[in-house]
Parts: sequence; C-alpha cells; structure tokens
Amino acid sequence: MALLDYFLQKKEKQVTTAFKAKERLQIIVAHERTSRNKQPDYLPQLTEDILNVLRKYIKVSDESFSINLDKKEGNLNVLELNIELHDEKTTD
Amino acid sequence: MARIIVVTSGKGGVGKTTSSAAIGIGLALKGHKVVLIDFDIGLRNLDLIMGCERRVVYDFVNVINGEATLNQALIKDKRVSSLSILPASQTRDKDALTKENVGKVLEELAKTFDYIICDSPAGIEAGAMMALYYADEAIVTTNPEVSSVRDSDRILGMLASRSRRAELGLEPIKEHLLLTRYSPKRVEEGEMLSVEDVVDILSIPLLGVIPESQAVLKASNSGEPVILDIESDAGKAYQDVIDRLLGETVEFRFLVAEKKGIFSRMFGG
Repeated sequence: MALLDYFLQKKEKQVTTAFKAKERLQIIVAHERTSRNKQPDYLPQLTEDILNVLRKYIKVSDESFSINLDKKEGNLNVLELNIELHDEKTTD
Repeated sequence: MARIIVVTSGKGGVGKTTSSAAIGIGLALKGHKVVLIDFDIGLRNLDLIMGCERRVVYDFVNVINGEATLNQALIKDKRVSSLSILPASQTRDKDALTKENVGKVLEELAKTFDYIICDSPAGIEAGAMMALYYADEAIVTTNPEVSSVRDSDRILGMLASRSRRAELGLEPIKEHLLLTRYSPKRVEEGEMLSVEDVVDILSIPLLGVIPESQAVLKASNSGEPVILDIESDAGKAYQDVIDRLLGETVEFRFLVAEKKGIFSRMFGG
C-alpha cells in the first residue's frame, strides 16, 4: 500500500496542513503589516495636537473632524485632514 | 566597535536562550570577547543554560541601581575565558530597566567586549523592547509553526519602528532568521512549514536552521550549551551559524530527512 500512497501523495500535496499553514500565515501577516503601516504610533497624539491648535481659533466638534494617513502608489504618503467649518469663525 | 545583537522572537519557548548561549560560546571560541546579557528580569534562565547558576552573586538590576559594579556582576565562563555572563535579577520588578540606564551599561560593556548578545524575554512588553532597543543586529528565532511565525513578524515590525536605530533614522537593524526545531521529515510529509515557506513569509535573510534534536534537552540538563556537543546535529548547525555571523558562506545542512532505503519506501518502513 505504501507504493499506492506514494503516488496519491503527489495529488494531495495542495491540501497538506503545511500548505494550509502557509496560506493562512500569508493572509494574516499581510493584513497585519498593512494595518501596522497605516496607523503609525504618533497618529493619535498628532490628531490630539492638531485639534488643540484648531480649537484655539475655530469651533471644531469631534464629528466635523477627520484625519487619515494613506499610502498611495510608490513612496507617496498622504496625510488628509477634513474639517467642517461652521458659521462662527472665532471662539469669542 | 562592539556589535550589539539581540536574540528575540515574540513567542516564548522557541529557543532564544538556547540560541543565545550557543552563539555566545561559539563566538568566544573563535577568540572574540563576548558578553551575554539576560534581559528576562524576574525569570532568569540564561545562567541555568550556561551552567553558572550557582555563581550568581549580583545581577543586571544590581548594576543599574548602583549596588554592584559591572565587574562584580559579570560571571566569567569557566570553559571559555573570553566569555562573560550578566544574569537577570530574579525578584525585582520589570520597570527597573530604562532606556537611559540600559544604555549606560551597554556603553560601558562596549569598551571591553566585541559582541554584546542580548537574550530577550518573550512577548512585546517593556523587557523585550529594552532588549532590542540598542541592537545593531537581530536574530529572530522562529519555529516552523503558525503562531511563532506570526509573532516573529510582529517583532520585525517593532525592530523597524521602536528601536534606537529607527527612532534616530539610522541604518536599520540587520535582521537574521534563525529557524529552530526544524524537522525535515515532517516537512517532506507536508506536516510542517518548510524553510522556504518561512523565508517567503518573513522575507529576511536566513542565518541558520537548527534541527529538532535530542541534544538540546541533554545540553540544558547539564548546563553545557549545545554548541559544545560537537558531534550533535544541533551543535554542528550552531557552528554554521557562527561562521555565517562572521561573514563566511556556509552551506545549509540538516534540511533533508535521512533517506530510507528503496525497499522500506515501497513496502512501508
């Protein structure tokens, strides 16, 4: 039977547990790498600081403000700020 | 210039301390001055693997707190005189280490030693971060197993973002993959990730492959690092690792299972 197993093995190669392991790892590792790159450590602090500066001059609610760091093609990183401005321009 | 090498992994139990001990002895046997530092504060074990557990008087934290000098805390290896060990403390809290005080100790050691090997604790907490912070090179110890590979990838992320070299924008830490507990037979049977698979996923250069070996447990039982067991497969594989670290090109061994005879293959062995 060992001889038969030997030939059958070739066909089954694609569903070995090692193959599954590699496939699963490639997906999860790629996913974790992109989230690592998208969200640098300083982003929360940067958001806080920008908001504080803005609030010195204008009224900004948390909902009318968004910040995004995106990786475009090549080496281009884009930091995108969206601030909704309302009628009153100054706080006082 | 001393080379600071961290032996790290993320996951525990993959062979960091075994590898640190082997690499320390191996480099010292080549005539280099080497110091091995145990960064696993609270769970000291490098002393046991090195066989010097009964000679520990002062430790890393004593030195940091100024309760002992470096010379008082360093334990000279009895087999290789150019090797010293700085043990971790057993009881103090993990917050004893800071970037500043660790940096000072490393700076002092760099005056005397050619190689500073930092044996990292498992995990991604402060202790592990401290061990990798000042590194010039990192030996990422990995088992061919999903959780170990994933954790190694996280550690690679830390090396690239949280180290001194990353913070100062210097040349990045040189990364090496050390695959341990490798079983070529299981790889051939499709039950274990192959060297190629792991290199593919982590995409860092391969430093060595240590086969799953009975010699490793025997070595730790007796406190004689496995590299000293020169007849063993694991001992030879670590020897190759040393040669590669020193810049030589050495062919990889122990990657294929020992061939069974044609008859046992056809009729079941």
